[in-house]
Amino acid sequence: MSQSDILEGLAAILEEVAGVDPADVTADKTFIDDLDVDSLSMVEVVVAAEEKFDVKIPDEDVKSLKTVGDAVSYIQRAGVAA
Amino acid sequence: MTATPRQVVVTGLGATTPLGGDVASTWEGLLAGRSGVRRLTDEWVEQLPVHIAAPVAVEPPLERLEARTLDRVQQLALVAAREAWADAGTPEVDPERLAAVVGSGIGGVLTLLNQYDILRERGPRRVSPHVVPMLMPNGPAATVGLAFTARAGVHAPVSACASGAEAIGYALDMIRAGRADVAITGGSEAAIHPLPLAGFAQMQALSRRNDAPQAASRPFDKGRDGFILGEGAGALVLESAEHAAARGARVYATLAGSGTSADAYHVTAPEPSGAGAARAVRAALRSGGLTAADLVHINAHGTSTPIGDVAEAHALRAALGDALDRVAVTSTKSMTGHLLGAAGAVEAVIAVLTLRDKVVPATRNLDALDDEIDLDVVSIDNRSIPGGAVLSNSFGFGGHDVCLAFTP
Repeated sequence: MSQSDILEGLAAILEEVAGVDPADVTADKTFIDDLDVDSLSMVEVVVAAEEKFDVKIPDEDVKSLKTVGDAVSYIQRAGVAA
Repeated sequence: MTATPRQVVVTGLGATTPLGGDVASTWEGLLAGRSGVRRLTDEWVEQLPVHIAAPVAVEPPLERLEARTLDRVQQLALVAAREAWADAGTPEVDPERLAAVVGSGIGGVLTLLNQYDILRERGPRRVSPHVVPMLMPNGPAATVGLAFTARAGVHAPVSACASGAEAIGYALDMIRAGRADVAITGGSEAAIHPLPLAGFAQMQALSRRNDAPQAASRPFDKGRDGFILGEGAGALVLESAEHAAARGARVYATLAGSGTSADAYHVTAPEPSGAGAARAVRAALRSGGLTAADLVHINAHGTSTPIGDVAEAHALRAALGDALDRVAVTSTKSMTGHLLGAAGAVEAVIAVLTLRDKVVPATRNLDALDDEIDLDVVSIDNRSIPGGAVLSNSFGFGGHDVCLAFTP
């Protein structure tokens, strides 16, 4: 799956879960500070992403996903590994 | 010498009930004698012995994003609290002097049960991270406290069907004691689901008049056979009289006093002589500096259960003696159904409106007063009353007795 497909999918999840405008979802944005996603909603984003992209994102790895770009790269790698 | 406790007034009202999505439509429904009881259409209903309930008339009008992390009990509380706050004129108040006290009988039981289904069907990874704050019984209080930045304290009395009234009494105590100047207070409940319905039905507590939903809630009537499970929320803005006067607030009534007691008799059955409830009524009068002769009206707990209604009648006679003969009693649960932890709050709102308009809504479905119930129950036609003090009773499983006293 391409980076832009993953970005688009994440934007849809962020809109559904946290009401984030898809236009604001760019690789450099941090989930918590820039997009105002709280820690509980972040868990929802991760679980929805696991389902949507058919990958596993263990809880201990979630802490390293600060920006949207971090998440896109992680999901791409995890998808290839799977 | 003791200082006179601070006077506490009601400056805002809010409600969402089986009769309407706000106070005005609820009051209009009560005065028109309408019933909010309906036959449920969910597919799970047929397996239950009870097919009727009293859902809210209007789905909570919240934005999708706001609603998705709130249990229905929190949503209903928020709707009622927003109406009450707007009705009070959105008071300017120091957040550290504002309290939120909102009770619930059961809390976020719909979330608990729905998420348990998800756990079993899809596994723990699919359980919502919002499940705990949505199911906790202090959820409605927390929601209201956050929405209005209440920092004097957020409290959630839990006493089954007395929760809403107990919350209002707690808020009164906070303001009287000087711990807050303003409080948003009330109760909320949203438990129309097969498990609570089955549980109450197994207790033989619910009416089984499935073929006549609107005739099913019949407090004090010979033919009553149980209560109707309802949902909704009620909210009041309480304020110290000084605070209300300083901002020129419109004042509905004074919350003159509250009384609480406990039966310590049986976990669900009321003490048959009504001794515990009578102590709560006397305590409310004492708390408000009132006597039985000051009373013109009582909004009874009157749930339409065979045992409860008789015990309440005995309690009122024990507490008030002959003065009770001059008091117009009604049970608005005949129209709203029983809103459990919201009942005391919605009925407090109704009691305040009764006092304001000097008219008592008639108890619906009262065809023949039970011989054991020696009360002047207003039936068929609404009744005009003179100005005076009114009481609102609430009793809950666990033996909780609460009585609130309002004066003009």
